[in-house]
Amino acid sequence: MQGDLDLGKYQMTVLSAWGAALVLIVALVALTLIRGAKVRRALEAAEARKGKDQ
Amino acid sequence: MIALFLRDLRLAIRAGGGFGLGLGFFLIVVVLVPLGVGPEGRTLSLIAPGILWVAALLACLLSLDRIFALDHEDGSLDLLATAPIPLEGVVTMKALAHWVTTGLPLTLASPVLALLMNLPGPGYPWLMLSLALGTPALSVIGTFGAALTVGLKRGGLLLSLLVLPLYVPTLIFGAELVKRGAAGQAVATPFLLLAGITAGAAALLPFASAAALRVNLR
Amino acid sequence: MSIWKYANPKQFMQTSAWALRWLVPLTAVLMVLGLVWGFFFTPPELRQGSTVKIIFLHVPSAMIGINAWLMMLVASLIWFIRRHHVSALAARAAAPIGATMTLIALITGAIWGEPMWGTWWAWDPRLTSFLILFLFYLGYMALWAAIEEPDTAADLTSVLCLVGSVFALLSRYAVNFWNQGLHQGPSLTVAQKQHVADAYWYPLMICIAGFIAFFVTLVLLRTRTEIRARRLQALLARERMG
Repeated sequence: MQGDLDLGKYQMTVLSAWGAALVLIVALVALTLIRGAKVRRALEAAEARKGKDQ
Repeated sequence: MIALFLRDLRLAIRAGGGFGLGLGFFLIVVVLVPLGVGPEGRTLSLIAPGILWVAALLACLLSLDRIFALDHEDGSLDLLATAPIPLEGVVTMKALAHWVTTGLPLTLASPVLALLMNLPGPGYPWLMLSLALGTPALSVIGTFGAALTVGLKRGGLLLSLLVLPLYVPTLIFGAELVKRGAAGQAVATPFLLLAGITAGAAALLPFASAAALRVNLR
Repeated sequence: MSIWKYANPKQFMQTSAWALRWLVPLTAVLMVLGLVWGFFFTPPELRQGSTVKIIFLHVPSAMIGINAWLMMLVASLIWFIRRHHVSALAARAAAPIGATMTLIALITGAIWGEPMWGTWWAWDPRLTSFLILFLFYLGYMALWAAIEEPDTAADLTSVLCLVGSVFALLSRYAVNFWNQGLHQGPSLTVAQKQHVADAYWYPLMICIAGFIAFFVTLVLLRTRTEIRARRLQALLARERMG
């Protein structure tokens, strides 16, 4: 095992592959969390309205 | 069922869409390709099987949304669904009518267009045979896509997105059959596989199409 | 019709909330451990140089890309047979994840292929069938998005998923027949590890475990969101009525 990183002549290849994949994963997680939070807030608001009506 | 088939045929002929449009589209694609690729005969004959198949497939796609759309609009689809014939039968007849109005004319016209594409001589019978064998599968699969999207207002584009991936196996074996036939190689494998796909699709997909139609008419 | 007919979803919400409490940390630990190990602490390979590090993203994402579709197939079948609402929503929740994973596998593969094979893209059977799989995901998601009535959408998409599975399988074999490819055979089998040296094997296994945990976590999260969205829709509909 080697601690310090030497990607050699394929540096661009490795970095771009990892970069692209991580961007996609982070985007997927972010979209999931954002939509989740939005729906959750909207649902809570709707439940609160419903509670008031009754 | 036969009455339904004849009715669909008559409607397609009277509306003028079925025969004319698909064939015209087929012709235009095949004319456009050499204009884009260049007139060199060797190149053209190399790509002829693929181009002819892709063009036939697209021409088939063009008329798919008409299979159920008109009947859905005027309500006759609901009547058909409650009629004393099984919906699977209705779907099969619809697919058959679609094939007779698009697949069959494409098959018959293909040798003329193959001439434009400089298809090598031995390829002609195989081209017609492969289209005759393969286009029924295209119609059946397309009917399934049409059944899925029948209730949607902007179903046309979605229909292509759904149906085109399903066309992949048919396209591969169909074009391969022509390619091998034109090169004088053994054709048994793609021939049997293409026939198998058509037979399997015709036997099984009407059930899926009918299920989708029932959901949409609910 | 009561809005609260979703007794099962309620149960699901409770169970998944409990499961997520330990799934989220587990995913984070496995992903960070596997990816950091893979990226920083693996030696360059003899022939492939440092590009071998791409395997830690390429292989797990490809596995999830295929298995997500299988999971959707099972979920669609359950919905079809048992009319279990959570099942349909889980299938819907899994599709974007599967599509993203398929895309990651394609992109990392293309970037990896450039120095190794000298080309970004070859019409190799494996590559081609993955591209077709991606198209299937697109169609499936587009159909979900196009239909407003939720039960109709669930029914139609599950029919599409069943038919699509058959045709995806057919395409896989058709493509195999159509072209012999550049891509090596499967370098991983469950029983043996003949093609991969130990130095890559352990971090790769951790990465795969991490991706699986990641998939499960995201599916649960997204399914919870879908359930909430359904309930919200029902509440809003009732508000308009009242």
